[in-house]
Amino acid sequence: MNNVLVFPMIVPILAAMLLLFFRSNTAVQRWGSVGAMTVVFGTSVWILQQVMLHGILRLDFGEWLPPFGITFVADSFAMLLVTVSSLVTVLCLVYAAFAKDEKRESFFMYPFALLLAAGVNGSFLTGDLFNLFVCFEVMLLASYVLMTLGGEKKQLTEGIKYILINILSSWLFLLGIAYLYGTLGTLNMAHLSVRIAEAGQPPLLTTISMLFLVVFSLKAGLVLYFWLPGSYSTLPAAISALFAALLTKVGVYALFRTFTLLFYHEPSLTHKVIGYMAAATMIGGSIGALAHRDVRKIASYNVVIAIGFILVGLASFNIEAIQGSIYYLIHDILIKGLLFLLVGTIIHLTGKTRFDQESGLIANYPLFGWLFFIMILSLGGIPPFSGFAGKLFIGEGAIGAGHYGLTAIAFLSSLFVLYSLLRVFLIMFWGESSILSKNQIPLSKGMLAPLVALGIITTGLGLGMDYLSPYVSEAAHVLMNPDVYIEGALHNE
Amino acid sequence: MRENDVILQTVSKVAVFIVLTFGVYLFLAGHHHPGGGFIGGLMLSSAFVLLYLAFDVETVNKGLPFDYKKVAALGVLIATLTGTGSLVFDSSFLSQTFAYFNLPIFGKTELATVMLFESGVALGVIGVVVTIIISISEDV
Amino acid sequence: METIIILLVGVLVSTATYLLLSKNLIRVVLGTAILSHAIHLLLMTMGGLKMGSVPILGDQVDTYTDALPQALILTAIVISFAVTAFFLVLVYRTYQSTGSDNLYELKGPQDE
Repeated sequence: MNNVLVFPMIVPILAAMLLLFFRSNTAVQRWGSVGAMTVVFGTSVWILQQVMLHGILRLDFGEWLPPFGITFVADSFAMLLVTVSSLVTVLCLVYAAFAKDEKRESFFMYPFALLLAAGVNGSFLTGDLFNLFVCFEVMLLASYVLMTLGGEKKQLTEGIKYILINILSSWLFLLGIAYLYGTLGTLNMAHLSVRIAEAGQPPLLTTISMLFLVVFSLKAGLVLYFWLPGSYSTLPAAISALFAALLTKVGVYALFRTFTLLFYHEPSLTHKVIGYMAAATMIGGSIGALAHRDVRKIASYNVVIAIGFILVGLASFNIEAIQGSIYYLIHDILIKGLLFLLVGTIIHLTGKTRFDQESGLIANYPLFGWLFFIMILSLGGIPPFSGFAGKLFIGEGAIGAGHYGLTAIAFLSSLFVLYSLLRVFLIMFWGESSILSKNQIPLSKGMLAPLVALGIITTGLGLGMDYLSPYVSEAAHVLMNPDVYIEGALHNE
Repeated sequence: MRENDVILQTVSKVAVFIVLTFGVYLFLAGHHHPGGGFIGGLMLSSAFVLLYLAFDVETVNKGLPFDYKKVAALGVLIATLTGTGSLVFDSSFLSQTFAYFNLPIFGKTELATVMLFESGVALGVIGVVVTIIISISEDV
Repeated sequence: METIIILLVGVLVSTATYLLLSKNLIRVVLGTAILSHAIHLLLMTMGGLKMGSVPILGDQVDTYTDALPQALILTAIVISFAVTAFFLVLVYRTYQSTGSDNLYELKGPQDE
């Protein structure tokens, strides 16, 4: 019995429901949500320590033993992601609290952001495929509301597309679940893994795995990312940062879980397809990032490139590559949060969305400018920052697996990431200042604080990689050895 | 344009109580037979929707001054709190229990904690459904 | 019996696909609703269709039905209910603010 496992999901839900009663009091809304997520962050750090000490933890809901009941399973991979995503959520909420978008705040922005976090954490923790679907839907419903909150015309039309594409992918998800239940008669992930291993993954199951690949690719933005740039670029800074940091990563998590725990017997087919998809994603994302002049679009395409890069690790499917992917996933949750907050702040300060309409911002906002520069270096994987370890390990793993072409594309795409953002930096921040100091909109310390915090974290993670490495190698160990997960998730004392 | 809806209004005045009773019946029946919080809640909310159809929103809101968003929030809160309630008794999240009691009028009755959870579900359903219907029907 | 239901699912999916591909927003919403009903039927069929009692050990029954697909469907129905309701409200709001329910007119701005 480890009831604490449910806290990362239940605390945000409880807080969200309580906050619904304080609609008019924005101070309670702001700091209540920040407080709740801080509690979640603290709890998840504690659970992570426990997982490192005692191995995989499990909670059976209502004391129904697996494989019959719903379970939450915490291994170090899931807990690392829960911890990092809770941290980013706290910082985004702090930013939102100082950005003071009162119109959205009075329409329950914070409760829905908390529900989003609850869905994300639930998706990471659940040990049951159908429960994964439910948590996905909790997260998506919250995201639909956040997406259309404010009711601007562009938001509504982009919202319709976003919802439609997600309804379709949820439909495919249910289809996959139905087929899997029809063939194997269980939905507990550990139990599924045992039965698939017994059956040796015949072609029928491989076909079903392709269905899941399509579903999670739609959610993660792997190849099927056409919905992503349009919808992410209509949102206010804090919400877009939450979306960019969390939503696609849940899809990536699901891909890793299904293709390391369930469908790992035919890597020459499934993982090869993932490799091709990752390559296509990185190429398409790079083209998009270079083609656009709207900074929000550039940022959105950077999300896409990173998804492709992380999936290179899964396609290579060896311990180094998986470790690299975990490092990069952690790094990407943090840095995409920072990127979207920075881009949102630029738009807030200048009112311009195209990077060629503004110049010399660094003269007006020096600290902010240097933060942007640090973020670019970190995104590009330059050594002292957190992106480096992930890039190194993924590269090592991909070469080890003999995927030379894929490695080349992955590192070329990093160059395009660097170029696309350096272009923004050089034009928007260098050059002659186009804002007179008397017309300059002040950047409040409160809004700057979460940005600085994220900047420090990305530097700190880069320097303190040794501290993180035992967690990551444990997580990769569990991912590469399904028996460890099965033992933890299915074994009844 | 609202014309003569005397018949609808007169019928609804009676029908609402029948629907409400049926909703409560479904809610209570859910423990051993078809029914339960979700279906009972849907039935109860259909009674509210019937009221809103027969009379207009202002009139009904005068009689039933609830903020349905808060009803929904209260429902979810009750449902999740009953789940966490089992933590106090040192058992797993969402654990349920039941016992038999001899009540004065009903005789031997089964009381189950799942009832509390279901009441939360029912309130949640009522709140969400009526909120949706009102927000669609507003300013038509 | 299963074959008939599967054929019915096929009919529902094709109807839904037709509706989803139309320009009219309300048809699209209806399409998603029908699509979710199709998948609920499929989930039900995947558990096996048979008459039987509740699956409780020790009861003297010959056949029992699998309760899990029904629980799954109930959950899926609740979720699709919520999503469809939200989608409907959103479409209505969009119609109010843009004055159009034609998807082609809601393409979004051509320039950036």
